[in-house]
Amino acid sequence: MKTGIVVFPGTNRERDMVHAIERVSGRKPTLLWHQQESVEGLDLVILPGGFSYGDYLRSGAMAAHSPIMKAVRQFAEKGGYVLGVCNGFQILTEARLLPGALLRNAGMRFLSQDCFLKVETSESAFTCGWHKGDVFRAPMAHGDGNYTASPETLKRLEGEGRVAFRYCDGEGRVEPANMASNLNGSAQAIAGILSDNKRVCGLMPHPENLTDALTGGTDGVPLFKGLVETLSR
Amino acid sequence: MSVTVDAALAQSFGLTNDEYGTVLSIMGRTPSLTELGIFSVMWSEHCSYKSSRLHLKTLPTKAPWVIHGPGENAGVVDIGEGLAAVFKMESHNHPSFIEPYQGAATGVGGILRDVFTMGARPVANLNALRFGDPREADTCRVVNGVVRGIGGYGNCVGVPTVGGEVNFHRAYNGNPLVNAMTVGIAAQDRIFLSAAAGVGNPVVYVGSKTGRDGIHGATMSSAEFDEELSSKRPTVQVGDPFTEKLLIEACLELMATDAVIAIQDMGAAGLTSSAVEMASKGNVGIELDLDHVPQRETNMTAYEMMLSESQERMLMVLRPDRTEEARRIFEKWELDFAVIGVLTDTGNITVRHKGVVEADIPLGPLADQAPLYDRPIQPVAKAAVLEVPDSPVSLEEALKILVASPDLASRAWIWNQYDSTVGGQTIKRPGGADAAIVRVEGTNKALALTTDCTPRYGQADAYCGGAQAVVEAWRNITATGATPLAVTDNLNFGSPENPRIMGQFVEAIKGMGEACRALDFPVVSGNVSLYNETRSENGQAVAIQPTPAIGGLGVLEDASKAVGLALPEEGEILLVGETAGELGQSLWLREVCGREEGAPPKIDLQAERRNGDFVRSHILDGSITACHDVSDGGLLITVAEMAMAGHHGCELAPAPQGTKSHAFWFGEDQARYVVVTRKSDVLIQEAQRTGVPMFHLGVIKGDRIKIGTEMNCDLVTLRTLHEAFLPHLMGETE
Repeated sequence: MKTGIVVFPGTNRERDMVHAIERVSGRKPTLLWHQQESVEGLDLVILPGGFSYGDYLRSGAMAAHSPIMKAVRQFAEKGGYVLGVCNGFQILTEARLLPGALLRNAGMRFLSQDCFLKVETSESAFTCGWHKGDVFRAPMAHGDGNYTASPETLKRLEGEGRVAFRYCDGEGRVEPANMASNLNGSAQAIAGILSDNKRVCGLMPHPENLTDALTGGTDGVPLFKGLVETLSR
Repeated sequence: MSVTVDAALAQSFGLTNDEYGTVLSIMGRTPSLTELGIFSVMWSEHCSYKSSRLHLKTLPTKAPWVIHGPGENAGVVDIGEGLAAVFKMESHNHPSFIEPYQGAATGVGGILRDVFTMGARPVANLNALRFGDPREADTCRVVNGVVRGIGGYGNCVGVPTVGGEVNFHRAYNGNPLVNAMTVGIAAQDRIFLSAAAGVGNPVVYVGSKTGRDGIHGATMSSAEFDEELSSKRPTVQVGDPFTEKLLIEACLELMATDAVIAIQDMGAAGLTSSAVEMASKGNVGIELDLDHVPQRETNMTAYEMMLSESQERMLMVLRPDRTEEARRIFEKWELDFAVIGVLTDTGNITVRHKGVVEADIPLGPLADQAPLYDRPIQPVAKAAVLEVPDSPVSLEEALKILVASPDLASRAWIWNQYDSTVGGQTIKRPGGADAAIVRVEGTNKALALTTDCTPRYGQADAYCGGAQAVVEAWRNITATGATPLAVTDNLNFGSPENPRIMGQFVEAIKGMGEACRALDFPVVSGNVSLYNETRSENGQAVAIQPTPAIGGLGVLEDASKAVGLALPEEGEILLVGETAGELGQSLWLREVCGREEGAPPKIDLQAERRNGDFVRSHILDGSITACHDVSDGGLLITVAEMAMAGHHGCELAPAPQGTKSHAFWFGEDQARYVVVTRKSDVLIQEAQRTGVPMFHLGVIKGDRIKIGTEMNCDLVTLRTLHEAFLPHLMGETE
């Protein structure tokens, strides 16, 4: 699996992602500079977390217009696999590679804590490492993670099985109105979604930060295992 | 700007008449406005340490593992495998009261720069915060701004905030303390220092543009607060963590080449102090042409540019043949890069602007004749030992009051706004262990990091306060299994011109020094913040409690051996150390009886060492599976924190015969740890053999804390009380 990780000015979780990929796939990913105009030859492009351009305009808005995003779009249009985590998810929605938007957390504060996620479909490279209904833990670290979309878009996402992950409690209960489990107030407790070909995935929490028992657990490993299994075939 | 430079102006810049007299004799003429500005900031308390220097010199700063002690931008210690830990703590107290968000944010930015200036990648941030009385309306504003500011900056630069401490006390009304600490990792053979070298070499400015923000910040932080705080607002700088992130990456990329001869961040007193320090340390002259300084505002004067404290800027001396390579790196990161001067052999700092020499000061006398004061000291009587009072409430009631009290309540509301996992190396997050544990990337090692101070002890006995801060940091590192290596200090006190305050300062340093020596725990960097006072309504100066905050660093050779504080599923609970039941200055006395009295618990450095070494060795051999040092609130609070963190209850034996139950459970005797083991027989035997006092407290069991027939308290109730304080204070409860 040949992986490229994009670095924008202000990206800050690229190293976490490098370690996760290396740990699970055994292969070192390459770092891609935001001014690069091609991502040819890769199996997977990852947009990691951080504060691209300081998030001073709108989270992800500036990065969505950088040269490499044109290449990422072409890559995705040709069926390439793209994963956006946290700021990467925000960039994917700003670039319209995924629908919807991420608003300020409903509580108006930055949230850095573990949350629980329920796997809503196992039918994608990003989720096939789990069974549908599995519950796993992941750290979240964001100020703007409150997912929103028009009622039609939400209906389509639900209908087409494109909701990848939902916030839940430790027992797997999904309660969108309960701020104790749906911490940032996301619509329908959506934490991650898929594109219509299910090859582009964005999610707010950080599975890459739980890929090592020593640094808190291995709950995030199935995401990367699923990708390796799909893309190394 | 047509201003007459005279003694009156000098005074308004914070220079005394005597100090201005020295300026006149050094210059042999009336200084220009820019020159006066340079003298006043360089000779401010903040930059010159004129009241504290004599006493700081008495602190132990050496050990075989210390690579650079005080005097550099940060302390540097050997952590093995050719690597070094680089760390320092610094205050941003005054700005954090005036404008809490920006004050705290730029505090974080400033301390980060001190660390990456030396070639280290920052890997962890910590902080030590003191706020006013929670019942004061303004406290909420300050807490909110400071926490958001620390998070806003640290989260964006991508350095995890992994630990810290918070106290509330009315002594900090109007004068909160924001002490920020950064820890970085560097290769030992790639440490960068600030001493300039090579006459003719270019002086290069990188980072953000210069604006009018923060002019005279250094002199402001050396003055007491007064009522006109709003007029001071323009002197607070504004932080830009995004630029800082770019600056970190650009500097580290540049430092991987051989272009850099010397580098210094522009902190307090900005361009002035960085230029003066680099040239002075290198015994060279420096000439700056301000026309080349990247400017954010128009018509800035030399005076303004030299004194601006705009953030996210660095000054470097580069090899001339590498300057273009360096320029390309900064252009790649979209940062300003400008050659603004050159090193000379004049021994002067010469500042030109629009063809005019605006300042020309001999560097030797500027440093050598800087004021140095041996301020008068009035010894402060130590508080008398308290007679143990009876308890007005039951054990359970006292426990409930304490876990919900401001100084002991859960800090989760704060931690949950700081990104503690970015970087992927955080092994123990805030609340997980007595010290934060961060793996050293690419090795099996980890760092153990903590910040500590108990100001109420220092208020009663400054010597004890100084010593206790050090021993608590040492214990917190020890309680994870790590070996304590060194500390950074942040000494926050009132006005040194008040002999009583100066007495506190000197006593606290004595206590720190003695503890550091006894524990082989040298001071490698630090910062002094004086004049932490406000005016009361009747015009009296009110000082903060003596607050010598200690940032401790330790190392674990095998990161997987670190233990946390949460009670595991099973095991026996033992107490290491002796318990006399000292309630003087305890939180029990303050929160349950409403009294702040008595002598603080006594410090026995030999016992600290013996008990700590015992605990550490048995963490490393695997017989201790969880550990928490006994500090604020005493033994029962320690056990309750372990139970709440682990979601497991316990059954404890009653206090030994002859000891008052509340004194046993809430006394704050030092040199103690609560440990969990499955091999209590072996451990007790070992303790007996090595002369370590040990007491069998009980076993892990169920979901309640039971003490004989005296107490039976369920954890859910306790946790609810514990977690209520901060959300309630901030008006965020539903």
